Amino acid sequence: MTAPLLQLNSVTKSFGAVRALNGVSFDLRAGEVHALLGENGAGKSTLIKIITGAHQPDGGSIEIQGRRVAHLTPAMAHKLGIACIYQQPALFPDLTVAENIGLRLEPVSPLRKVKWSQRREHAAQLLQRIGAEISPDAEVRSLSMPEQQLVEIACAIGAGARIVIMDEPTASLTQTEVELLFNVVRELRAGGVGVIYISHRLEEIFELADRVTVLRDGESVGTRSVSGRRGNEAQISPGKGQSLLTSAPTITESELIKLMVGREVSSIFPPAESETGEVVLSLKNLGCSISGVKNVTLDVRAGEVVGLAGLVGAGRTELARALFGITPSDSGEVIFNGEIVAIRSPQEAIALGIAYVPEDRRRHGVILEMPIAHNMTMAIHSRVFPGGWLRFGTERSLALDFIRDLDVRTFGPDAPAGSLSGGNQQKVALARWLAAKPKLLILDEPTQGVDVGAKSEIHKIIRCLAKDGLAVLMISSDLPEVLGMSDRIAVMRGGTIAAMLPGKSDARDVMAAALGQASEDRGNRKSAKSLRVE
Amino acid sequence: MKRHFREFSVAAALVLGLLVLAVFAPAFYQPQPLLSLLTREAPTLIVACGMALVIISRQIDISVGSQFAVCSVCTGLLAASNVPLVLLLPASIGLGAAMGAINGLLIAGLHLPSIVVTLATMVTWREALRWKQQGVFVNLPDGLQWFGLSQLGGQWALISVAVVVLVVLAIAMKHLALGRFVYAVGSDAEAARLAGIRPQLTTFGVFVFMGALTGLAAMMNVVQSPQVDPKSGTGLELKVIAAVVVGGVAISGGRGNLWGVFVGLLLLACISPALTHLHVEAYWEKAIQGAIILLAVVADGVRSKRERN
Repeated sequence: MTAPLLQLNSVTKSFGAVRALNGVSFDLRAGEVHALLGENGAGKSTLIKIITGAHQPDGGSIEIQGRRVAHLTPAMAHKLGIACIYQQPALFPDLTVAENIGLRLEPVSPLRKVKWSQRREHAAQLLQRIGAEISPDAEVRSLSMPEQQLVEIACAIGAGARIVIMDEPTASLTQTEVELLFNVVRELRAGGVGVIYISHRLEEIFELADRVTVLRDGESVGTRSVSGRRGNEAQISPGKGQSLLTSAPTITESELIKLMVGREVSSIFPPAESETGEVVLSLKNLGCSISGVKNVTLDVRAGEVVGLAGLVGAGRTELARALFGITPSDSGEVIFNGEIVAIRSPQEAIALGIAYVPEDRRRHGVILEMPIAHNMTMAIHSRVFPGGWLRFGTERSLALDFIRDLDVRTFGPDAPAGSLSGGNQQKVALARWLAAKPKLLILDEPTQGVDVGAKSEIHKIIRCLAKDGLAVLMISSDLPEVLGMSDRIAVMRGGTIAAMLPGKSDARDVMAAALGQASEDRGNRKSAKSLRVE
Repeated sequence: MKRHFREFSVAAALVLGLLVLAVFAPAFYQPQPLLSLLTREAPTLIVACGMALVIISRQIDISVGSQFAVCSVCTGLLAASNVPLVLLLPASIGLGAAMGAINGLLIAGLHLPSIVVTLATMVTWREALRWKQQGVFVNLPDGLQWFGLSQLGGQWALISVAVVVLVVLAIAMKHLALGRFVYAVGSDAEAARLAGIRPQLTTFGVFVFMGALTGLAAMMNVVQSPQVDPKSGTGLELKVIAAVVVGGVAISGGRGNLWGVFVGLLLLACISPALTHLHVEAYWEKAIQGAIILLAVVADGVRSKRERN
């Protein structure tokens, strides 16, 4: 009996107060493709970083090929045959394929003489082994994304990798490129390599994976076999592991979605009690070719919270940035307060009455070095300070009002925004825009990285604002938040709105729409083969 | 007090130095040499104020020395062809602003790094001037020196102009929305943009203003002597950047004020005469200046490292 290639036993990892992984166990066998699935923020990235040695777990143990590894570093992971292929390959674009492979695989010593013919031949061999038709002399710059991924895989093979991690490898590939990649993955599996495969595309998982593990809120909620996908080519010696494997229950797509979503929407969210009024924002086939937003049609009314759900990369932030004039839209119409408008810069958006609290609050939502009071008046200079002459008294009283109303925990309006906790920084960012008295408030991940207490306070504030007649468009990857806060939910996928759902929808419907599965078909599927949806 | 710790510590160093001089070399306080010292530094202070704005907005301008020379020579040539004094000042300021606008266009408009752009313009202006003048001094007409005032009156006039510029700018940076925009852009240009500020316009404006102040400073330098040296302003950029850094303006932008720059400049300017009066060999001047700059930079490094942790 061979031990699993990789075994994680109740691994735990926290970042500050946030528990990213909580007792996750995971195993990978030789010659299998093990898919890893979960919502945004479920802990997939953290798990990968622990396997590649980038993060050290706080608790639990890691065994590689049956041997316990106490302190895994990236260099050790490399030596032990762990390779990770990222969505964006990390190759040197100006060097040739052979040079890139050589740099990875040949010993590092500055004065070593390079044997060019040998290097080239080795590269050609590796590329041939994975069936890639790429010239070793080609500059990496000239290769397509999947070709670059193949070069990465060749490097992994050349380094003798036994464990290959693929992090959403197909996110930017076309269908034919995906097929090419899949063939290589199957080759790897046939060669006894264990592949950890991360993807949001369920059809790929059913096509490729042998087993799937679902993570939710930093915990593993189950490992299942994927039905009927056990390939004959896999070279697993039957043994204890094998019997365990076959005994794992197989899974259907709808069960998988249920596992990912799992929890009930808690009742801690403030009730929606606002009257919805006039349409404030109306989008008609809005598109932005640079950022990939296309054909977005959406209405947001006064007094309404519209949740914008979807996976990372579905185009939600891009839509917000188009609306706020950061990357202006180039097709379709924006109707604001009944008038067709063109928003070409943040100034124009602000002048219309649009406010945007960006996603990356730590970097761009507030200016960390500046006092709270300065941050709060940042967007309203022309209104509260006529003639451009600052009135510190006015500013201070305005800041004190917001500090009181939003319950910002601080020493006072002169404290720099950087001295506050994440939740309180978010309140300052909110205050800045409330001071501008907008008609439409766009919130991008308003409670990301915010502790539980501040989170529910922010929810109350948002609800309060809607009650006062503000139209709110709230982007959130936190499914319970979207379900609990929204009057209506727009689910985005591939740059456009895939579904409009009512406020108290089933989490599974939201997830299904985000993953690209028509919700009415859910549960009717029997065979895995027929699950592929285009 | 805590927020202005840096400015206060530089001021304390200056006061300490002045006290040492009062005890060991009271001759330092003779009025005429002291007045000459302040007059010599008045144009430098003006340029340093501009440089402070540039560095607060997270840019740098190393072409100010060359701009200064171009403005000086052109003003001198205009004066030599009998252009009246009232037109010389706007001409010098306008020329400086135009050169600043070129920097600003390239930096803000094309997003080029300011160190490279101003290195290029620094060399270009300086070489153009060399080609034009071949190192020949420009003789100024009588009556231009000290604006036609007495030497004492001229000196006081120049010092007053510098102090007025300093005070007005210091107040503007604190009390005008525009000043706050400069800080915001220097702290986090993207955040400023999302708050509705125009970072590119702000950066462009700062460079134009820098050029205009350099033009003013050049004029203030021209009137101090009967001739214009085409090599004037050589090394000026280093002198003012040193004053700005010693004065507590963060080289990473967004932090610092003009009072600190004023004190920093005074501290650096006093070293040379102080050494003379203390009978220390003059070649220690650069070493001491270097040590002060190093100390200032290390202090900033320690502070920002502590803030990160």
